[in-house]
Amino acid sequence: MTHHEASSSQRHYVPHPSRSPFTEGRRQSTQRAAKRTHHKPSPQLIQRMAQQPSPVLSLHTQNLMGHALLWRPEIALEQDMTQAIDEQTQAELDAFQARVDSEQKIEPKDWMPDAYRRTLIRQISQHAHSEIIGMQPEGNWITRAPSLRRKAVLLAKVQDEAGHGLYLYSAAETLGEPREKMNADLQSGKAKYSSIFNYPSVSWADIGAIGWLVDGAAIVNQVPLCRTSYGPYARGMVRICKEESFHQRQGFEIMTVLAAGNEAQKQMAQDALNRFWWPSLMMFGPPDDNSPNSAQSMAWKIKRYSNDELRQKFIDQTIPQAEHIGLTIPDPDLKWNEERGHYDIGEIQWDEFFNVIKGNGKCNRQRIAHHKAAHNEGAWVREAALAYDAKQRAKASGQVA
Amino acid sequence: MASSNHNLSIAQYAIGLGDDALTLGHRLSEWCSHGPYLEEDIALINISLDYIGRARMFLDHAATVEGEGRDEDQLAYFRDDREFRNRLIFELPRGDFAETIARQCIVDPFYVLFFEALMQSKDPVLAGIAGKAIKESRYHWKHTHSWMLRLGDGTAESHQRILTALDEVWGYHFELFEMTDLDRELLDAGIAVDLAALKPKWDSMIDEVLTAATLTRPEDTWRQSGGRNGEHTEHLGHLLTELQFIQRAHPGLQW
Repeated sequence: MTHHEASSSQRHYVPHPSRSPFTEGRRQSTQRAAKRTHHKPSPQLIQRMAQQPSPVLSLHTQNLMGHALLWRPEIALEQDMTQAIDEQTQAELDAFQARVDSEQKIEPKDWMPDAYRRTLIRQISQHAHSEIIGMQPEGNWITRAPSLRRKAVLLAKVQDEAGHGLYLYSAAETLGEPREKMNADLQSGKAKYSSIFNYPSVSWADIGAIGWLVDGAAIVNQVPLCRTSYGPYARGMVRICKEESFHQRQGFEIMTVLAAGNEAQKQMAQDALNRFWWPSLMMFGPPDDNSPNSAQSMAWKIKRYSNDELRQKFIDQTIPQAEHIGLTIPDPDLKWNEERGHYDIGEIQWDEFFNVIKGNGKCNRQRIAHHKAAHNEGAWVREAALAYDAKQRAKASGQVA
Repeated sequence: MASSNHNLSIAQYAIGLGDDALTLGHRLSEWCSHGPYLEEDIALINISLDYIGRARMFLDHAATVEGEGRDEDQLAYFRDDREFRNRLIFELPRGDFAETIARQCIVDPFYVLFFEALMQSKDPVLAGIAGKAIKESRYHWKHTHSWMLRLGDGTAESHQRILTALDEVWGYHFELFEMTDLDRELLDAGIAVDLAALKPKWDSMIDEVLTAATLTRPEDTWRQSGGRNGEHTEHLGHLLTELQFIQRAHPGLQW
């Protein structure tokens, strides 16, 4: 067991070719699943999965990695300890900031401040974890989807989310963070995921609300990340945003149909909006005057807009959509502010936000327990794959007993 | 009259194929967020999606040739288990990863052979569906084949697990090759597949993978069938309870 974990984490340090954010045509997109009348296979995916535990690096991934494989955290740490921030380091920092300021992308092989690296690892892995944990509330309705078409679209959507998780883990790996470690940090609670997924999906309309509001908020957050300063992250986000935008539309379509349906359906849709509206606004994070990491992230151009700016953008675009389909935003203080050219909203209950982050959402414990259970139940499968690989390698080098 | 009977036969045949795909697609979809690797989650969802796609095409075709104004959803959501025509192997619970791979090991080579044959069907829609599905099934088989090798020739535990899983599902494979009266009628019309004729090739595909995976072929000591007549296991009722819940609770609405 210990041996397995050691060897597997070493192996996983090298990103798998399937995790490159730059590979095209790997999966069926939601869009295709929704639009096609005849079903399209994705042969590459299955082929890729057939080769799944192989540690061979594709050229793509090698390019993505650059010299990142050579980067060792312990070396960086040693440098930190032995080298005070002298003039040379200051010069590096200045050069780095100049590159960022001139909108050049930072690539894995480039020098970067350790705090920049750590900030990115935190943000990208949190984003990846959100995609993965988000599969649970959505997966909760796959087997109960109300039509075969809805079922196919939801399956394809959840598959997209899992793919986003892979791209993002891959991008974080280019920063030297092994996937096994990210997984362990998620399970120990050290790493966070979007708090919205600690709310339960209790009705079919919640699948609509998640697509419309949660993916809608995610898009507003993520579109600026397509221009974020770290190259692999920015490139991964371009693909992700395209798919998210389709997810948002399918969610809105579910809500539109429900809102135009009978009383029970309308009620279902309104109830989902009531439960998901405020948590969606909280997805943008604390207000700007209470967001400790924001200023530095803005200076590094990891972040391009403040939490409150992004939240306002989401509010402004979503309210007309709700009005269009005849649903009511659950906020008595909501009104259009002519002077600002924006909607004003009531007070966000930040104590609820922090309470859920602290572990008191309905599903915090369930989500992590589920993730651990799946991981533990799959341990024997991963061990088998590693053992088989080892046997094959031994055979290939003629050392078979 | 003869023509309308003929259409009803085709509809029934397509319903059987659609029910097979729907129930297996449902079982595979249960893997979402439960896979041993994230990559495997994606693969299983993808395969599930292939089956749900087939279910839609077969049931839509059935509804069309039947001509009674039903659609794919009415067929999927408003029939009880006695009216479902899927063969039993598809409705069995998803089980652990070994049980899923063992079922796929029986099913994938069957479908590779079945769709090769169905591509020759005189019913152009069935032939068209087969033309798409054959490509999917070839990749499903590749995926399953590689996992059979890893599990069979991996660790002692994985070897034992896949062996047990194969043994537990083995008695359900016979039904895949059973010819019903409907099969024979449509085979004569050049529409259906001669299932019994697929068996020797299937045997050799199975023997090949079992040998490569260092596994012993289970003995043919027991067999189960009845799905095509609506005689199911206890598992199907629960599957349908979940699958049909919303439509049954709120019938006659758009979703």
